[in-house]
Amino acid sequence: METKNVMIVGVGGQGSLLASRLMGAIAIAEGYDVKVSEVHGMSQRGGSVVTYVRFGEKVYSPVISDGEADFIVSFERIEAARYARCLKKDGKIIVNTQMIDPMPVIIGAAEYPVEVLEELKGKGVSVDEMDALTLANEAGNVKSVNMVLMGRLARYFDIDYDKWIEVMKTLVKPQFVDVNVKAFSLGYNS
Amino acid sequence: MKKLMLGNEAIARGLYEAGVSVVSAYPGTPSTEITEEAAKYDEIYCEWAPNEKVATEVAFGASLRGARSACAMKHVGLNVAADPLFTLSYTGVTGGMVMFVADDPAMHSSQNEQDSRHYAIAAKVPMLEPADSAEAKEYVKEAYRISEEYDTPVLVRMCTRIAHSQCAVELCDREERELPAYEKNPQKYIMAPANALRKHPFVEERTQKLVALGEKSSLNRVELGGAEIGIITSGTCYQYVKEVFGDTVSVLKLGLVNPLPTDLIRDFASKVEKLYVIEELDGIIETHVKNMGIDCIGKEMFSPMYEYSQTTIRKAFGLPLPEFTAADTPIPVRPPVMCPGCPHRGLFYTLSKNKITALGDIGCYTLGSAAPLFALDSTLCMGASVSGIHGFNKAGGKESEKKTVAVIGDSTFMHSGMTGLVNIAYNASNSTVIIVDNSITGMTGHQQNPTTGKNIKGEPAAAVNLEELCHAIGIKRVRVVDPYDLAQCEQAVLEELEIEEPSVIISRRPCMLLKYVKPQPALVVNKEKCVGCKMCLKIGCPAISVKNKKAEIDYTQCVGCKVCAQLCKKDAIEVK
Repeated sequence: METKNVMIVGVGGQGSLLASRLMGAIAIAEGYDVKVSEVHGMSQRGGSVVTYVRFGEKVYSPVISDGEADFIVSFERIEAARYARCLKKDGKIIVNTQMIDPMPVIIGAAEYPVEVLEELKGKGVSVDEMDALTLANEAGNVKSVNMVLMGRLARYFDIDYDKWIEVMKTLVKPQFVDVNVKAFSLGYNS
Repeated sequence: MKKLMLGNEAIARGLYEAGVSVVSAYPGTPSTEITEEAAKYDEIYCEWAPNEKVATEVAFGASLRGARSACAMKHVGLNVAADPLFTLSYTGVTGGMVMFVADDPAMHSSQNEQDSRHYAIAAKVPMLEPADSAEAKEYVKEAYRISEEYDTPVLVRMCTRIAHSQCAVELCDREERELPAYEKNPQKYIMAPANALRKHPFVEERTQKLVALGEKSSLNRVELGGAEIGIITSGTCYQYVKEVFGDTVSVLKLGLVNPLPTDLIRDFASKVEKLYVIEELDGIIETHVKNMGIDCIGKEMFSPMYEYSQTTIRKAFGLPLPEFTAADTPIPVRPPVMCPGCPHRGLFYTLSKNKITALGDIGCYTLGSAAPLFALDSTLCMGASVSGIHGFNKAGGKESEKKTVAVIGDSTFMHSGMTGLVNIAYNASNSTVIIVDNSITGMTGHQQNPTTGKNIKGEPAAAVNLEELCHAIGIKRVRVVDPYDLAQCEQAVLEELEIEEPSVIISRRPCMLLKYVKPQPALVVNKEKCVGCKMCLKIGCPAISVKNKKAEIDYTQCVGCKVCAQLCKKDAIEVK
């Protein structure tokens, strides 16, 4: 199999680290060579964050560059557009349409480009939009946006639903299993 | 058994397997998880030290007593630890001693982009550089063998992309080690001139032996591909080279990056038509190769700045790049910000509002420099705010004393702010130092420190009383404020600036992200009362924005700190 590249992007604090670890763990469970590259430290403080998950027969680089991603899972609307250049020609963006104003927008130094996903679609980019925040609320915790999105991503992989759940249970604390499973299933079935 | 592990986690596993029993460190991205993960093994004693110099000397002590020991730090931490390092090179070790240093090319979370390999060269100690997690774990064990066989501390260099990338690691058992009886050896360990004069030749001879090691060690590996192109590389760059070229070029992958081999390089160079050196940051291998009189291409083609990737290499070699589509609409940048409910915000608002000059320091509060607060004038290195304000005020006199403060966090104050405060008291400048005490080491992800009353395992520990410490140093005026109370904060700052003696303000409230701090219900904007004046935006809270000319609070982010409510002249910000 050619190496699969999944980018998980969002705003620091949204829980993208757990999402990337789930992707990495499931790829290992499927027997692939895996690299997951994370961002820690300063970037976690509300900044734009990106993690890379790569898996296949043999993976060298831990990062994903321009035009290489099979999937970009974005936790926020304009973060999807920020990293769209990393998407392969036939790749897919899965995006939570939630809008979180970055500081330049808050202080009035920049405009929030609400229509940017429409622009990308107009250029032929495949964009799968969803309101993951509402589904996360339905699951019982706004912080479960990550599992809603991973549920949606799972639909594009030929991996058993139960396997995802089994692996997820090894990554989240026991008291959060139920809400995360519910969020994942809402994303998967939406 | 194979496990997906961060590079740093793999280092910790290596420490466990190598039978290491003492680890000391000061947190610093991207090195922090080495110690956090090592602390999960009961067999290893781990601790957070107040700074990297202390951590290194703790590791030295453990080695002197015969145990295998380690310390860990980010690249700039090695500047702090440089003093013991340079002389440890002379003393050598008893139990193996390894120093882990994590560089941060592209400065994801750092103030500079220094290349730690220069320290290995300058201190004349061996340095290993792994290229992924699996190698990182094996290199740890090799580093201890080298340390003990060659009687030297060993540096292991990580970088962000190795430290914070996960890959599969094969787990092995721990090699149990018995602590030998202690033997006094003053000629080896007392580095007074008479002994040091005898030790320096030993250091030079050791370097020659290590060069010989590099010629034959499996740490340095030749992967012959084509004869046309040969690439000498190490660490993460090796991965980018393999990603782009696979097995179509010849590669000399260096794992022992100091001292560098000569015969091995000469032999490799003779087998290829064109030789390239690909290394992030400085052209250290390249310079070595060129000094040997061998032609190679390095920094002519690659930048000494920032991180590389497979794209960097493709571009440099003029290879085709994958196609992509980008949006034409400009996407506003999203810089890191102080979190909603961050206790530093109230203090920085006070400084910003009163146009106070503030010498800053290293931590989350460095973010107070960003828009819209612009509350800081400088950030140099750990502790420089406290030492710096003294110089600033000595130069500027009364005028600057009355409108300048230093801002430093609790952990940074323990690290190297205390000595600066001693200088303020001793050499008498009327400086005002603000310790922003959020009861944790924040930016690196919540590590305990000597002020928090807990050790690395979260167990109860002695806590430094900051008020008493400042008094003992000789500062008579020490007061504590709650940064959520803007009026109290402003009064304290203005009064202490006015007073003609040194003073310390402790701005104290725990970090909002700490588990024991319970968020309050999100606030809401009463749209009837809101006049859209944007006063509440002045504190730069990411949870507040203006939509349709009225303020709006994002319920997913707001933690109900009520600092914004204190700014609203119309009392439009309410508890739901």
